[in-house]
Amino acid sequence: MKKRTLVVAASGAALALALSACGGGDSTTTPTGEAAPAASAPAGPTGFNAGLDAVTNPSDKKGGVLKMAVTEDWDSVDPGDTYYGMSWNLLRIYGRPLVTYNPAPGAKGRELVPDLAESLGVASDGSKTWTYKLRAGLKYEDGTPITSKDVKYAVLRQLDKTTYVNGPTYFNDWLDLPKDFESVYKTPDVNTDQAIETPDDQTIVFHLNKPYAGFDNFAALPATVPIPQAKDTGIKYRDHVLASGPYKFDKVEQGKLYTLVRNDQWDQATDPIRKALPDSYEITLGVQGDDLDNRIISGDLHVDIAGSGVQPAAIASVQQDPELNARADNPIAARTWYISLNPDVAPFDNIECRKAVLFAADRTSLQTAYGGQLAGDVATSLMPPGIGGWQKIETYPSAGSDEAKAKTALTACGQPNGFETTMTFRSDRPKEQAAAESMQQSLAKVGIKLTLKGFPTSEYFTAYAGKPSYMKENKIGLATNGWGADWNDGFGFLSQIIDSRTIREAGNYNLGIKDPAVDALVDQAFAELDTAKRDALWGQADAKVMEGAYVLPAVYAKGLLLRGKGVTNQFITGAFDMYDYLALGVE
Amino acid sequence: MVTYIIRRLIGALLMLAVVSMVTFSIFFVVPRLAGVTATDFANRYVGRAATQETVVEVAKKLGLNDPVVVQYGRWVKGIFVGSEFDYGSGVEHCPAPCFGYSFVTKKPVWPDLLDRLPVTLSLAVGASIIWLLAGVAVGVLSALKRGSLFDRGAMIVALSGVSLPPFFTGLIALSLFSYGLRITAPGGAYTPFSENPAEWAYNLILPWLTLAFLNAAAYARLTRAGMLETMGEDYIRTARAKGLKESTVITKHGLRAALTPIVTIFGLDVGILLGGAILTENVFSLPGLGKYATGAIAAQDLPKIMGFTMLAAFFIVMANLIVDLLYAVVDPRVRLA
Repeated sequence: MKKRTLVVAASGAALALALSACGGGDSTTTPTGEAAPAASAPAGPTGFNAGLDAVTNPSDKKGGVLKMAVTEDWDSVDPGDTYYGMSWNLLRIYGRPLVTYNPAPGAKGRELVPDLAESLGVASDGSKTWTYKLRAGLKYEDGTPITSKDVKYAVLRQLDKTTYVNGPTYFNDWLDLPKDFESVYKTPDVNTDQAIETPDDQTIVFHLNKPYAGFDNFAALPATVPIPQAKDTGIKYRDHVLASGPYKFDKVEQGKLYTLVRNDQWDQATDPIRKALPDSYEITLGVQGDDLDNRIISGDLHVDIAGSGVQPAAIASVQQDPELNARADNPIAARTWYISLNPDVAPFDNIECRKAVLFAADRTSLQTAYGGQLAGDVATSLMPPGIGGWQKIETYPSAGSDEAKAKTALTACGQPNGFETTMTFRSDRPKEQAAAESMQQSLAKVGIKLTLKGFPTSEYFTAYAGKPSYMKENKIGLATNGWGADWNDGFGFLSQIIDSRTIREAGNYNLGIKDPAVDALVDQAFAELDTAKRDALWGQADAKVMEGAYVLPAVYAKGLLLRGKGVTNQFITGAFDMYDYLALGVE
Repeated sequence: MVTYIIRRLIGALLMLAVVSMVTFSIFFVVPRLAGVTATDFANRYVGRAATQETVVEVAKKLGLNDPVVVQYGRWVKGIFVGSEFDYGSGVEHCPAPCFGYSFVTKKPVWPDLLDRLPVTLSLAVGASIIWLLAGVAVGVLSALKRGSLFDRGAMIVALSGVSLPPFFTGLIALSLFSYGLRITAPGGAYTPFSENPAEWAYNLILPWLTLAFLNAAAYARLTRAGMLETMGEDYIRTARAKGLKESTVITKHGLRAALTPIVTIFGLDVGILLGGAILTENVFSLPGLGKYATGAIAAQDLPKIMGFTMLAAFFIVMANLIVDLLYAVVDPRVRLA
């Protein structure tokens, strides 16, 4: 724990330095909370990629309206019912989880820091039990105190996945829940203390069904944002989320608009992370993509919440206009675009035939298909470089293709003249269609004939490419795929796509990785307490996947993001690979 | 006249019933014939982490396992007497007319449609007035000055207007007027008329003009062709021979006859537009019915799509009825019976 405390202290100091007066010292803040003059703030770095590792336009000035927008509404503003990175990033302005990510640029943003809790979790019982103590003086927007019971209720409530269909299932899978517990609504009287205990109003103890050394990542999930049972209105809670953070909802018009104003019950003294600079947030939903970019360029909008990058039209503008280029950041996201190989379909049951595909695929052409260098780097494995334990794997080409090795592999597979198979892609995603066509052309050079089949995104994973029975029955050997990390470590990225035990009847992003050796490495990583060793294990698992040639990694996705005019403290957080939404302010 | 209206209203209701059956079949019957199961439907409404048990339970909860006829009957019943929906921690009553309950937003569809209607109504009314006035005026002048520089210029502009879709002209207009010259409101700006009429008009002027540019062009061409044909008729010569003023000849005799096809197409266009100006609303990020529809389609939110389709069909059917009634006003030769 000493190590963790040091990390927290160090990261806090880094943030204080990075955000200048954001350290919140009394010398820069008046008793009324008014900030010191912005003129005292040092000028931050400028130019292309300035926001990757540093705070741009640092300032401690409070006030103003931060205008954000997004092309489509996300799943929900209810912390227990959301599974979008942008939402997890944003909701921290109105909700406080037990633990969260350090609001600092680059890799420092991946560090976990206590939020509602006084410190990171204290592990016991071989990492099967995790204890957190809440800070004193925490209140909701209505002035009622926040207790550990509210955190427990919030976590238990979202386990009901027929009601809260959107969120992740980590707590469902890992908590030591009583067998007769169904949900807080159906079985409200079942004692759940064996899963979560609250010995007093400040303490919460989680009991897991198996050891997990990285539980603080679970504690950082939005599911731990407190919800008092008395205020829970089920799925309707999204209409009025009770704020525990510095902002509360003013207007909630689903699909149209959210506005948030200051929560006067939030106390800066209980929150060393947030500075709550803007007076309010105005979030417009359903803004047309090109229009959204234009508005950010012109200064009418400050931030595109999606954080996935500008539209193709704006990419061209950024490339040509030096002024715009100087406002852009091009971070690598924790997302990999890849092609799954299906070992349930011959001849991919033979590793040599899988290897033939990996050698024959033209990586440069695939990179072009996915949007070129600004849209991604050529991937050499599933796990992206920003995640601890990543290593460059050079077994297969990282540019162009290797036809000679592909033909050798085909001969070893008993298919010297090639073979025929089918490849699926999402028909409403031009980049995936281009990737499939690139594969068709490059594989044809070694005699592998691909028939391409497109399916709509809405049913791609549930009815087609993510449904093993469909893929097997229709003899589909290849499928375009993509995966983003739930959080930026090996568990958050790999656990759902390489562990064969997570493969379900439908909705899978993993078709072919069913390797006991990979599963064993996953189990070892779950139990490893030391972060460096754990990262190394995830790296080994990643390498093992490539050894088995189960997937063809295409590109590590990158986004081209624009910094807003007049936005202060804007930087890319390594936690979400988009702008951090806790530190932002407006001039 | 009253009998005619009643007969047409009954016909309109029957038409809406047919539309509802066809729409329901497209979304619920056709997929089943193609092998889509109740759990496949349910998969659209669960998150990516849902287990198979969850999917099965959601399918049961949403009644997707019931026969299609039962599901359709439940939907129709909801329109007349309302429905109840289980949302986890309780049951929500969806009062009549209940056009369904969104499985994605967990809200009844009808209030959402009503909420979006004023935006679409504002867009449709403003744009249609502009395009009708501009289109007819330009068409009449072009016809009267046939072959002149004005005529040729107007028809070139009209051809451009018809050829350029709103997603092009809208984006160009926004870039130029909103973000370049900063004389019009940015995309997404909308203020209800009841709150501030001036701001309402200022925010909508660019979408109005974009939409009107497209349709005014078509109306100008149609009016010009109609006027050219009418002004060559014998009764126009007779009117002039009687010594009527040229303005009277043009407006009372020429334009009135040329207006009949314009009224027909105008009624239908406004009807279609009230069902959502999909492209314009999306380009200008206006939260109207068209934007609602595209969101629903993207999310495969079938109850929303059903509700929207019914409302759009209602507008078109009603527009047809009104057009038929207006015929008698525009052209005295038409008698309704």
